[in-house]
Amino acid sequence: MTATTPDGPTPPADPSAPSAQGEEILRCEHISKSYGVVTALTDVNLRLRQGEVLGLIGDNGAGKSTLLKILCGFQPPTAGHIFLEGREVVFKSVDHARALGIDAVYQDLALINQLTVFQNMFLNREKVRWPLPLVRNGVMRKEAREHLDEMGVQIPSMDSPVAQLSGGQRQAVAVARSVFSNPKVLLLDEPLAAMGVKEGAIILDLITRLKREGNVSIILIAHNYAQVIEVCDRINMIQGGRITLDKPTSETSADELTDIVVQEYRKALEERQRSA
Amino acid sequence: MSDTFEQTIGKTGAPPPGQRAPGSPSDLLMRALRVLGRQREATVFVIALALFLYFVIDAGSDFTSKANLVTLFSDSVAPYAIIALGEVYLLICGEIDLSVGFVVGFAPFLTHYLTDFYHIPGLLAVFFGLLLGLVVGWVNGFFTVTVGVPSFITTLGTGFILLGLIDTTSHDEPAAVPTDVLGIGKWIESYAWAPIVWAVVLTAVFHIVLTRTRWGLHTVSVGGNLLGAREAGIHVGRIKYGNFMITGLLGALVGLQQMYFTSNISPSTGSYQWMFYAVTAAVIGGTAMLGGTGTVIGAFLGAVVLGILLDGFPLIGVSANPLYIIFGGAILVSMVANVQLARVRERGQH
Repeated sequence: MTATTPDGPTPPADPSAPSAQGEEILRCEHISKSYGVVTALTDVNLRLRQGEVLGLIGDNGAGKSTLLKILCGFQPPTAGHIFLEGREVVFKSVDHARALGIDAVYQDLALINQLTVFQNMFLNREKVRWPLPLVRNGVMRKEAREHLDEMGVQIPSMDSPVAQLSGGQRQAVAVARSVFSNPKVLLLDEPLAAMGVKEGAIILDLITRLKREGNVSIILIAHNYAQVIEVCDRINMIQGGRITLDKPTSETSADELTDIVVQEYRKALEERQRSA
Repeated sequence: MSDTFEQTIGKTGAPPPGQRAPGSPSDLLMRALRVLGRQREATVFVIALALFLYFVIDAGSDFTSKANLVTLFSDSVAPYAIIALGEVYLLICGEIDLSVGFVVGFAPFLTHYLTDFYHIPGLLAVFFGLLLGLVVGWVNGFFTVTVGVPSFITTLGTGFILLGLIDTTSHDEPAAVPTDVLGIGKWIESYAWAPIVWAVVLTAVFHIVLTRTRWGLHTVSVGGNLLGAREAGIHVGRIKYGNFMITGLLGALVGLQQMYFTSNISPSTGSYQWMFYAVTAAVIGGTAMLGGTGTVIGAFLGAVVLGILLDGFPLIGVSANPLYIIFGGAILVSMVANVQLARVRERGQH
């Protein structure tokens, strides 16, 4: 399988050129990342359009998480450029990327088990009264409830410690919290991992809602092709540190994606047998 | 402001009606857990009350005399309760301070040196005595947070250094309370009930700070999920530095109180006992060493239990030896309860 990019090779930075499916919000050009002698990413070009949900799929170790960590400011790329709304950006830290409008939900979710749902929703963004710096539990509880209701996330009580929530609910709280700060780009690292159909549906529903509202553009890392096809507008496959497929969801299918992986496995198996 | 009313509802206050299915299994479990969580402090309270009544009956007026009650609350409860406040904060954010007992010992000496040898005004000397606690706390924070030495080792080291400083500078000789600072004592100690009033007021303040301020919530976050707290942008180091400094300050306060209470500055005041009793009070009160959980009110009640035992047993002619068996047993029973509670919580998770 060779690289198929519908728009041809990525043009040089031109902020004024809107793409066919809406304004481009995030673009990576020639991103590579190596750790010593290990190359994790090679010349990755990726574009995300306004309001789009982009599915990033690929094998374990293909470079998905490395790319995500570069995009959210967790680590710098070895080479390459990132453009946010047409302007080149160099992230100094996660906080810096967040201030520019890129927020990530990590696999570990960054929830505090001992704190309640609403306390987690407002973690490090607590509302405080003045002059006595006490947190405004009433206001935060109410706003957390309203925000979760708006997003269709059902949590029985704002006062439950998050330790008592299900995996899907925890993920939903983490995603809802990120959306709270109105990011332009939301990066979701395997939000559907280790989740059953019912649990996964909570998150898929949440993503569908965000898509409908169109205020946030999403890069979704996932394993399960059926789920990806359900919510994503476009799919990028990353293999061996390169993007090897870039297609709108309507032009591909779970079968095609599976075929690619099957071929990959066969190739790896043949190589192994040849070398043995 | 309408939220003022909501604000007055406790952190476990009633959730909005109609938002949860009453009677569902998870709802029942949550209620049971909440009752258990509260019961933890209630249990310690009942134990304290029962012990108190036991000694009232057994020792009679020896126990209920004003002189004994002052000794009980101001000498046997207050110092440990005050130090326990700092240790609870540290235990919650996943650290411990073994050195605080030597701050208790060194703060009075520093005040004495400054007034008697350097002729610094009494008020300023007391201020520097308290400042010592903050400085020791900062040093503990520096080695633990910035250098990365586990706090158990850091504070073991700083504790020995302080002990050495006390013994070296004092030539292992006691000193009299400097006359310059006697007047200030009225504010800190000389009124018989002053220490327990300090302890109660500080307990209330620390309880509110822990449950109702960003500092408290972030302390819980740092101990509950260090990486998560960092990812949420919480300044993890700042929280730990701060809690070490708070603990040091409380140690210095207790040191000065001891100076006034005993009308004497003794090198033997600096010891591990302060820390051990304070941690015992915290553990009996329901604070686990696992980080993320702990209760200030529980620690105060734990100190009351400890104080009643310390004060009561000699009155009924029991030596200190079996007392330690009881302390040890109480610590183990409390920890078993903590572990069980944590297991129940885990089972509550789907």
